[in-house]
Amino acid sequence: MKKTHLQALQKAYVCLLFSFLYVPIAVMIVFSFNESKSRTLFTGFTLKWYKSLLQNDMILDALALSLFVAFIAATVATVLGVMASIGISGMNKRLQGAINTVSYMPVVNPEIITGVSLMLLFVVYVNFAHWFNTSESIPAFLQILPENIFGIGTLLIAHITFCLPYVIFNVTPKLRQMDVRLYEAALDLGCNPKQAFFKVVLPEIMPAILSAFLISLTYSIDDFIISYFSCGTLQTLPIAIYSMTRKKVSPEINALSTVMFVVILAIILVTNYMEGRSYRKTREKS
Amino acid sequence: MIRKKSLSAPYLVWMVLFIAAPLAIVVYYALTDKSGNFTLENLMTIGRYSSVFARSLILAAIATVICLVLSFPVSYFLSRLRASKQKIMLMLVMLPMWMNFLLRTYAWMSLLENNGIINRLLGLIGLGPFQMINTSGAVVLGMVYNFLPYMILPLYTAMTKIDDSIIEAAQDLGAGTIKTLLRVLLPLSAPGIATGITMVFVPSVSTFIISRMLGGGANLLIGDLIELQFLGNSYNYNLGSAMSLVLMVIVLLCMSFTNGFDDEDMEGVV
Repeated sequence: MKKTHLQALQKAYVCLLFSFLYVPIAVMIVFSFNESKSRTLFTGFTLKWYKSLLQNDMILDALALSLFVAFIAATVATVLGVMASIGISGMNKRLQGAINTVSYMPVVNPEIITGVSLMLLFVVYVNFAHWFNTSESIPAFLQILPENIFGIGTLLIAHITFCLPYVIFNVTPKLRQMDVRLYEAALDLGCNPKQAFFKVVLPEIMPAILSAFLISLTYSIDDFIISYFSCGTLQTLPIAIYSMTRKKVSPEINALSTVMFVVILAIILVTNYMEGRSYRKTREKS
Repeated sequence: MIRKKSLSAPYLVWMVLFIAAPLAIVVYYALTDKSGNFTLENLMTIGRYSSVFARSLILAAIATVICLVLSFPVSYFLSRLRASKQKIMLMLVMLPMWMNFLLRTYAWMSLLENNGIINRLLGLIGLGPFQMINTSGAVVLGMVYNFLPYMILPLYTAMTKIDDSIIEAAQDLGAGTIKTLLRVLLPLSAPGIATGITMVFVPSVSTFIISRMLGGGANLLIGDLIELQFLGNSYNYNLGSAMSLVLMVIVLLCMSFTNGFDDEDMEGVV
């Protein structure tokens, strides 16, 4: 008797917590269909906010920029990070420890510190470039350093920088787990080191590389704070969302949230389904 | 394995340029004045903002404690479910995390407003309206809502490693519910608690958007102060850097405090 009471209590508690997590999202979804601009009174059903969202150039441009930056940053970070992991795994323990400590910095530091520190670096560069370009002791043909650097370049540098640690900390353990003898066997069987890497090592660590790429992609698309300090006047999607929330009344935000929620849900369901299927397949095979 | 240390060269250059150098520049700016002379004045000036620092620390600590109290039972229940159910529930915990935090926080704005949904519902049963938005309570709520999954996940990971038989053994040996909780469950989930505390406290203490959206102008936090020095109206990189430096020290202290418990890796957290 007592046990069933306890279980009911457990269930009620879990339900309560999940409703805490989901009620705000549900409210946004409901109000994205609201006829009037009110955020609190539901007056009638409409799809007009979705329509105006699709015609909102600011949002669409921001989305395009976010996807572009995320794709480039994730690709560069993955390539650099995989190379780094391989190189670092060949070093002695003490050096590895030192490099890992610095690599961990962007992960453990609050995002605002990473953002501010990169911004300061860019500011220092801008000051230097200005001094260099106007100094009389430097020959004029050399004075071509770009001064207005805040924009896509700084944004990419910032995103690659905060993605890199995630790549390294994903790939390095996988490399360590790998059986060294596989690589040696490939060499013994006549591969040159390059072939051995691409035919034996790379396929072995591919899952880690892929998940590192995906993590980088999502972090990059989602990032607001670090971009905020390094984007100049450019607007990524989170920054566009921020400027929309400052205007307070803008039902398009609700529509945008709903669209994003549905997209995320779809991605999760599809990947889960695929995972489940491949899991079942491998089980059938064995 | 592969003796190609040179492969890491591009990353090492990147690391020095974009991780190490920027942090060094923060330290340099914090310790110099506008014309580049060494000074401790920036750090002294921070004393004037001690109330903001205190508020940040207190609100973040409250949010962390609330997250811990809310998460502990849920993580435990989740860790005792069947494996297939666990997976679905974990998905449900993480799903809101995938939404951008600005959208999540915005959602609370419309709930908490003076003529917002909660006040309207309370009005139906003759209560209120209550002032909820632009209070420090709203800021804490925003922190709890945004960072709760960061507490649930490490706690859950730690608790899945606790075998049922250990809890049963404790009870067989005469420990009551509370004793089992304090003497068995709590110590065994300590690594998860430590990780969770760091993962909630660090973003809470350094946030600047949540406080602005839910706290109005009256609830400035460290993050807001720093942002004001760099992109806002105050425009004082040196003072901003000094504040960043102090914030970094706070975070490092918090981490070295919790790291003592956290001898295991943070698997399953990212």
